[in-house]
Amino acid sequence: MISLKNIQKYYRTDEVETTALSGVTMDITNGEFVAIMGPSGCGKSTLLNILGMLDNPDSGEYHFYEHEVAQYNERQRADLRKKSIGFVFQSFNLIDELTVYENVELPLLYLGFDASYRKKRVEEVLEQMQMMHRRNHFPQQLSGGQQQRVAVSRAIVGKPLVIFADEPTGNLDSKNGQEVMHLLTELNKSGSTIVMVTHTPEFAEYASRTIHLFDGQVVTENFKNTAKAA
Amino acid sequence: MLSHSYMTIMISLHNLTKYYASGSIKTFVLRNLTLDIKQGEFVSIMGPSGSGKSTLLHILGMLDEANEGKYFFMEKPVHQLSEKQRSELHKGSIGFVFQSYHLIDELTVYENIETPLLYQNVKKDERKSMVADILDRFNIVAKKDLFPHQLSGGQQQLVGIARAVIARPKVIFADEPTGNLNSSQGREIMDLFTQLNKEGTTIVQVTHSESNAEYGNRIITLFDGWIKS
Repeated sequence: MISLKNIQKYYRTDEVETTALSGVTMDITNGEFVAIMGPSGCGKSTLLNILGMLDNPDSGEYHFYEHEVAQYNERQRADLRKKSIGFVFQSFNLIDELTVYENVELPLLYLGFDASYRKKRVEEVLEQMQMMHRRNHFPQQLSGGQQQRVAVSRAIVGKPLVIFADEPTGNLDSKNGQEVMHLLTELNKSGSTIVMVTHTPEFAEYASRTIHLFDGQVVTENFKNTAKAA
Repeated sequence: MLSHSYMTIMISLHNLTKYYASGSIKTFVLRNLTLDIKQGEFVSIMGPSGSGKSTLLHILGMLDEANEGKYFFMEKPVHQLSEKQRSELHKGSIGFVFQSYHLIDELTVYENIETPLLYQNVKKDERKSMVADILDRFNIVAKKDLFPHQLSGGQQQLVGIARAVIARPKVIFADEPTGNLNSSQGREIMDLFTQLNKEGTTIVQVTHSESNAEYGNRIITLFDGWIKS
């Protein structure tokens, strides 16, 4: 369970103070698939950075399961992020000098799992993502859609509590974009909590709830299924 | 010793041709390329956009395959190897430096640079000294405990390059390695390549920049898929 209370974030340059988030409050429940939308500059990326623990709010509370994240230092946040969050990025962020298999294995390496578990788990995820036949390929040998499948594999391999996706379809054509959205929907059905930032209303449709941001504030929330709203 | 190793041919291309076919129309990207690169060389590949530079670099780096011709890498016939054999050959020998530098947000600078060594069974003490050495060379010792988002774009690229060279590859393939850097950071990277080259690493870079190309000992200019000079 993720809960933000009255989150404020400013950027200061000399005398000028710009408000990026002004009092954002939201709850995200286990098993939800939430899309965050809004125009450029509305604060989406700042919000995702705070949710993803890459940035700290200036004020407000951030509860991530039993953790009070706003109180944490850089190291504590990084450790929590490692264990609990899977990231999917617009630009895939795969490591070019590692194979598909090694890219997916990486989080398990730094989480300290032993070799036999790593092998079993990586193969399981690659099977699930239908990328087993590409295991020895390097990222630059794959299409954009395939690279994003690898990135999603890497995001889920450590069984995170939540997946944060930042414009996951931004570098893909619409067919590959849809494929990635189907993949996220499948993951959500099998229990993963997903929070996604997107520009594309068509892709936000896949989510169970859409939060619209404007000028650093939540303006509307639409539940796909009204029963859920109540 | 140095002069001897300089004589060894590392890369040899014979009549290499690459095209993309759509229906009955073939679009040629590389035509009949024949080329030797010796161990210890520092080669710059230049030419206008669309001249085939990046395709050539991808083929050299075994990320792509030619349609015709032969490619020998350290005397092994790459054009005849299976996928798995190529990936094995690639692994111990080749380092890539691309314009993008995908660092892992959850890991510090130190841990990001250490990553490739975790796949190569390098012992912990040795890893420590290798990372310390590279932090030193790149002048980023003070940044070792920071996370990527606490660095500027240029510093992030430095870390990406440090990660690409930490495992001491025999050859580095670099595609516009200074693309996202300011001129003083760009010079730093080129000085570092020069240093690695002096220590025996073969370097092949694709670049638009005349001044970057000057750091190498040879310039190959491509035009419409042909070697112009």
